[in-house]
Amino acid sequence: MAKKKTIRTIPQERTPMPEQPPLERAQNFKEVACGYSLDQALREAERCLLCPDEPCVRGCPVSIAIPNFIQKIAEKNFHGAYDVITDTNLLPAVCGRVCPQETQCEGVCTVGDSLEPVAIGRLERFVGDMAIAEGWANVPYIEPSGHRVAIVGSGPAGMACAADMAKAGCEVTVYEAFHEAGGVLKYGIPEFRLPNPVVDAEIGKLIKLGIKFECNTLVGRLFTIEQMLTDMGYDAVFIGTGAGYPSFMGIPGESLNGVLSANELLTRCNLMHASDFPNHDTPLQLGKRVAIIGAGNTAMDAMRVSLRLGAEQVHCIYRRTKAEAPARAEEIHHAEEEGIQFHWLASPVELLDDGKNGVRGMRCVRMELGEPDDSGRRRPVVVKGSEYEFECETVVYAIGTNANPILGQTSKLKLNKRGYIEADDELATSIMGVFAGGDIVTGAATVIEAMGAGRKAARSMKRYLGLRDTDVVYRDDEGDMPFGIGSGERNYARLREVVL
Amino acid sequence: MHIWLSWLTSVNALIDRMPHKRLAKKIDLKGAVMHQPAAPASSARGFEIVARQDFSDTTFLLEFSHPMMARAAKAGQFVIVMSHPEGERIPLTIADFDRGRGTVTLVIQAVGKTTKEMQQTCQLGGHLYAVVGPMGIPSHVGKAKKVICVGGGLGVAPIFPQARAFKESGAYTIGILGFRSKSLMFWDDKFRSVCDELIICTDDGSAGIKGLVTAGIAQALEKHTDVDEVVAIGPPVMMKGCSDSTRAKDIKTTVSLNPVMVDGTGMCGGCRVKVGGKVLFACVDGPDFDGHAVDFDDLMQRLRRYVPSEKEALERWQESCRIRGDAALQQA
Repeated sequence: MAKKKTIRTIPQERTPMPEQPPLERAQNFKEVACGYSLDQALREAERCLLCPDEPCVRGCPVSIAIPNFIQKIAEKNFHGAYDVITDTNLLPAVCGRVCPQETQCEGVCTVGDSLEPVAIGRLERFVGDMAIAEGWANVPYIEPSGHRVAIVGSGPAGMACAADMAKAGCEVTVYEAFHEAGGVLKYGIPEFRLPNPVVDAEIGKLIKLGIKFECNTLVGRLFTIEQMLTDMGYDAVFIGTGAGYPSFMGIPGESLNGVLSANELLTRCNLMHASDFPNHDTPLQLGKRVAIIGAGNTAMDAMRVSLRLGAEQVHCIYRRTKAEAPARAEEIHHAEEEGIQFHWLASPVELLDDGKNGVRGMRCVRMELGEPDDSGRRRPVVVKGSEYEFECETVVYAIGTNANPILGQTSKLKLNKRGYIEADDELATSIMGVFAGGDIVTGAATVIEAMGAGRKAARSMKRYLGLRDTDVVYRDDEGDMPFGIGSGERNYARLREVVL
Repeated sequence: MHIWLSWLTSVNALIDRMPHKRLAKKIDLKGAVMHQPAAPASSARGFEIVARQDFSDTTFLLEFSHPMMARAAKAGQFVIVMSHPEGERIPLTIADFDRGRGTVTLVIQAVGKTTKEMQQTCQLGGHLYAVVGPMGIPSHVGKAKKVICVGGGLGVAPIFPQARAFKESGAYTIGILGFRSKSLMFWDDKFRSVCDELIICTDDGSAGIKGLVTAGIAQALEKHTDVDEVVAIGPPVMMKGCSDSTRAKDIKTTVSLNPVMVDGTGMCGGCRVKVGGKVLFACVDGPDFDGHAVDFDDLMQRLRRYVPSEKEALERWQESCRIRGDAALQQA
């Protein structure tokens, strides 16, 4: 056993992430953060104190055994690290890239009390990427339970729920309305932040678990939730359709050409490859000056996509300050580096007509922070007489979404006042056997929160179907061989490979 | 006991050392046996085209196989089609569906790059890469006793299921179809089978009455004073005309809007329309709306959003067709 690590003995500086230089990357769609090398990952893994109270695990919405996997990395047992992560999270390459770690695991890291916290997300991504490169996939022994389960929506909530139900021996079918599976990971998060091949690789692992993906299927209209339980013979259904239905502000000029939602911009670019127009048929006409309203992750994505599509100036308009901006710190940092112009404490009041039904500019008003509101954030108040205008040809709304109405229109599901599906603490809906989670229950949130909801719903579904809790993973612990048979024997199908 | 144990461990070790690819294959097989596939909605290549009919140089009919959609489809709904993996997603109103044959019919007018390309490539036995639907709220076929169904140009096809639905509900159905000229006319016989009266209008007078569909509406309203509802599908300017022609008499007028869409599920907001001062999404709140409340000028303006790109794509595609045509000629 090595000498006990202390805050003094570990590497003091957080290992920086290799990145493409800002000016270069703003011209291409290649990934911004290139990922840790082997040496960098080993060095960063050394920084984990393996503290006994493990605050990071509690900070993680799916409770990954973070110190365990970091220790495995330090031991150069990378497949072991992958095993630990995939006990609770099937998509390490995705979550390592898109989770807001600074408010979750890294935000409560013990090392973070006196130094910069351990770069947990970057290490997770390192393991996830290695698994994809090496073709690892943990396929546990699955005992068929005879139950059939349907998942509506192939985004992070649906994927997480599907994986858990497949592991519990259910025959799982995932329905997706788009022509490609992946949900927001495909249409929403841009290539430079989460490359589509990474998403496809993670979906490939789910297919190996026996999960079927049915694209081009709009549940509610092609068949209803009720029909799934009756005619189609599913024993349980999980709804993870996401929020959809983008919000607008209702200010003058919103119907001008050149005004669009961030969802439309991102879908055209990411899923439909408008950046490659006219080789791909979907167009996306952006002006030279683009203004994006909002400062969440979607807004940051929209800004940085606009830059890469050739916009010369990209403005961000947000009514609060940088401190209140909901985006991940890293995204704001990247956006600043790439030259986005931030208008903090500003709010649009009118979009100006260029006389040809296009946008020529935006009129904004300055804000200041007043008393805290219900969300605990200080409420922005208009500063009188502070109106100003600036020129832009494209305006993008990234101020959140409302509930998608399709399932409400087509089923007896009980909805709340705001139109979201009502689900109890166990994520069960008003229809027996139907569970729901993710944005369609809570309103817009993050990928990992949606995955957490998907897993929680899976636990409820298993209880509903009377299945044992398969969250417990039967792993061959060295030296622990009751009756002389390792659980690996039973688990013979699991893939392993000795690395290094 | 000891020997048995060591034998087991060695088997374990063997399995551990097997190349993961072979193992993966083994698991795939296992998975295939364990999980009986649900009836697939599409083959790997997409949705098979089982019939095609050309009405004119620009208008053609495609019937594709999709038994599930044929069962679910109702009058007034639409689909989103992607003809090939690099294509764009275009909304098309369902022109007909046959539950017995398990097919859905679309009538397409070749006007832009995508539709002109489809006219060339979508042949009998071919496949549409992606079709999703039926989308949108089905038309409300209520207790109306006397109904006028108006279809103009491309709107002729999608008004057919509505006329049929009204006829089936027991209403006296008057069909009014508008074409530019007799040579572009199609489906008049099909409409005759579901309409109690049929008025054909052509711009040049080569068939039926000379004039726009609004002339047909005026004629019908003159004869029948007890019309409960007018349903109009066609180009925005035609639907606007129809709505205006019934406003004075305050006859309920329903129009079907077809703005620019990407996903068709309410997610992109590209199809937002102004109805009665409110902003609604045609894909999930429509596509049918009260014609008297729709802001048609806003709709027509927003339909022009991507005109420059559409023009560029069409020109580029026609150029590439020309080059390919020349090359083929030279080879010959």
